[in-house]
Amino acid sequence: MHVEQQLADIQEVVADILTMAKAKGADSAEASISKVQGIAVATRLKEVETVEFTNDGGLGISVYVEGCKGSASTADLSKQALALTVEKAIQIARYTGEDPCAGLAEKELMVQDSMDLELYHPVDLDTDAGLKLALEAETAALDSDPRINNSDGASYNANIGMKVYGNSHGINVGYPSSRYSLSCVMIAGDGDDMQRDYAYTVSREADKLQSAKEVGQQAAQNTLNRLGARKVQTCNVPVIIDKELAPSFIGHFVSAISGGSLYRKSSFLLDSKGQQVFPEWFEIQERPHIKRALASSFFDNEGVATHDMDIVTNGILNHYLFTSYSARKMGTKTNGHAGGIHNWLVKDTGHSQAQLLKDMGTGLLVTELMGQGVNIVTGDYSRGAAGYWVENGVIQYPVHELTIAGNLKDILRNIVAVGTDTELRGSIFTGSLLLESMAVAGE
Amino acid sequence: MSNLVEQHLIEGSGLTRADVQETISLILQHHNNFSDVYFQASQHESWVLEDGIIKDGSYNIERGVGVRAVSGEKTGFAYSDEITREALLDAAKAARSIAAVGGTHAVKSFNPVAQKALYMADNPLAQMTESEKIDLLRVTDSYIRQQEPDVSQVVVSISGVYEEILVAASDGTWVTDLRPLIRLNCSVILEQDGRRERGSSGAGGRLGYQYFRELYKGQPRYQSVADEALHMARINMKAIAAPAGVMPVVLGAGWPGVLLHEAVGHGLEGDFNRKGASTFSGRIGEQVAAKGVTVVDDGTMPDRRGSLSYDDEGTPGQYNVLIEDGVLKKYMQDKVNAELMGVAPTGNGRRESYAHLPMPRMTNTYMLAGNSTPEEIISTVDKGIWAPNFGGGQVDITSGKFVFSTSEAYLIEKGKITSPVKGATLIGNGPDVMQKISMIGNDLELDRGVGVCGKDGQSVPVGVGQPTLKVDALTVGGTA
Repeated sequence: MHVEQQLADIQEVVADILTMAKAKGADSAEASISKVQGIAVATRLKEVETVEFTNDGGLGISVYVEGCKGSASTADLSKQALALTVEKAIQIARYTGEDPCAGLAEKELMVQDSMDLELYHPVDLDTDAGLKLALEAETAALDSDPRINNSDGASYNANIGMKVYGNSHGINVGYPSSRYSLSCVMIAGDGDDMQRDYAYTVSREADKLQSAKEVGQQAAQNTLNRLGARKVQTCNVPVIIDKELAPSFIGHFVSAISGGSLYRKSSFLLDSKGQQVFPEWFEIQERPHIKRALASSFFDNEGVATHDMDIVTNGILNHYLFTSYSARKMGTKTNGHAGGIHNWLVKDTGHSQAQLLKDMGTGLLVTELMGQGVNIVTGDYSRGAAGYWVENGVIQYPVHELTIAGNLKDILRNIVAVGTDTELRGSIFTGSLLLESMAVAGE
Repeated sequence: MSNLVEQHLIEGSGLTRADVQETISLILQHHNNFSDVYFQASQHESWVLEDGIIKDGSYNIERGVGVRAVSGEKTGFAYSDEITREALLDAAKAARSIAAVGGTHAVKSFNPVAQKALYMADNPLAQMTESEKIDLLRVTDSYIRQQEPDVSQVVVSISGVYEEILVAASDGTWVTDLRPLIRLNCSVILEQDGRRERGSSGAGGRLGYQYFRELYKGQPRYQSVADEALHMARINMKAIAAPAGVMPVVLGAGWPGVLLHEAVGHGLEGDFNRKGASTFSGRIGEQVAAKGVTVVDDGTMPDRRGSLSYDDEGTPGQYNVLIEDGVLKKYMQDKVNAELMGVAPTGNGRRESYAHLPMPRMTNTYMLAGNSTPEEIISTVDKGIWAPNFGGGQVDITSGKFVFSTSEAYLIEKGKITSPVKGATLIGNGPDVMQKISMIGNDLELDRGVGVCGKDGQSVPVGVGQPTLKVDALTVGGTA
């Protein structure tokens, strides 16, 4: 079946559900359906390990009855299950409390026109072709160095799907998308010095993935680099957060400026709009409409049109991130962040990672973070880490079993530089971050 | 004779046992040595109170079937959210392609076992009316507000799950299980002199919601959950910077058992050890922990969150001694890894749902009690920390490095508990830390029933527990 036809069919189901919700007593309703089909295949030690055929999807619906909200969802898309789901949502709304902030997003903010962001690049879901790639990656890794003596396997995933959203303002929009990835996990060493590491590539387009050989070799190299890791002395030093982890750092900032954290007064960045939260040169732009990017979308989870936004300029926070609910709680209107952010671009300072190392002098390059020790209410940060000890701008040896700690409010305000080694495999495009100082606990 | 689960999942879908048999036969027509079919129907609800109003309620239904083909170390898998004969046969044809045609294994005829349950068969969602559920949230909210005038935010939520599963396999397995699961959560924000701190707490198990109304240590359980959340926020309000560096750490009883889950639990899962990927691989019979340390994984505790009458492959839940007096005794296994390693399954084959493959997972993992009193243990520490409560953790099973983060902790100075300290991540190496356990308390406790374990993108409910423990040296990730 043609993708346009499939999309139209799902849009019809969404329309039917909205009609059903109204008929059953909802003043307004919103529904979304997603369907994703895919394969997940893996090899280990050059043999086929798993072949999975995946087929996921579901309906989520929220209804509003006299200011009371009810939600229900189902992974079963049979007619019977859909009707039961609508029924359940209505029933629930009989028991929830009237909440003046609840409801659909404002009609005038709804997305008007569909955009083709080129997110859909289908290929045949061919398990043999996927296994071939995984095998190629794993072979490249295993053959690259005799110290690579074990493998946790290589895997290839392909997913093709679509997402449709509709609400009783009359909008009913959707788009198809695709996503492919290849990853490889290697093991080296033994006894007390056994290490694992990985590499991966991801794209909307199957033929834009990094080559399997490169992924395998990178996985092997990352693993080998960790062998012989030592502990560090407890100290306070500057820290470089490698580009692969830098998005998680910026991610804590996302949590802190999200409407949900703010109206609950659960953020270390309360009342920070218009304030200096980063250094003067720091900029973050949001660009939701980048073609083929992983976090592109022309509407958010409430049907609100997404727009280019300059989140941070000159280090000053320009916008909080709102959904319709959190916006009303804060006395304003949503800016299209139901479901999260859409492609953030963190401006670099023109430093290569080598220059960042040089500028840091003596300190820590962090390439792995572990655990959940981040308190968004206070900004207190303490996580497990591994990486490299650096002296005079030169990597000396791998280090592990250490923690890095500080307070995010200070850390963000005192970022020294952003590398040009931009990470593009997620929703936040940023290079490595050089941080002024963190408390490192080790021996 | 069929039971209610079979009537619902099989007969109610217009199927017969013969259809399931045929599905498995199709798989064994290829060179597959094992196959199973997993039927599941589940309901999940949650109710959330925030700002004093019942803000949202949600209800989720899931229903489907997963079909697995195993050929040695290879696995083929397909699933469907429709339970029909056609969907079953299609899934079988897709999954069996992992192996070439010309199978030699025969399907054993199903041998249904009588239901032996560790928890109630009733649906917790139906055991209280919606008004009663909402009332439970309201009384919890007002109790918190009565206790603490400085509370600026209260979120109380309850959730309930009811799962019916049926697993049939080529080895004759035909098992059904009914799994209730409930949870209550409280989160509070206190505000004093411009400083804000959060405290949160929860409880639950394979029980009905009435559990939260029952008395626990002389008060309704919802009050004790609320008190714990308030206590944590109040303590954190006074917390000073945590120390940085290596020092003795006294871990409290109960939830701090997340130490065991991370430091040894994951590393003892059969799949990692079959692959030689764990720091504990090939070490059965070795001293991997200090003498006196006995760690078990116990799926047989009545009503516990991590308990399983049968695992997701139809193996009965078991009491497995993993480490006995410091010596490594066994790994946790599912059927496939057990077969490949030449041992028996241990009742640890678990999966998030019909749409996920089973793998070896923990159930309730805990350490048996020793002889010391908690006071004695604390009195031996000159300078260190006492951590009675934690958030989550994580482990790299290959290097053995693991972390877990305190959510309530205090300095110990000259044998006395002094100032509370801010949350800090603790990091160590599993085998090292287990060797450095020098004192074991007499106060074994299990957690309150809130654990969620993630592995390979699959979440399952688990339990942890331990007595108060002293670890002689652990890296504390503070700033001072």
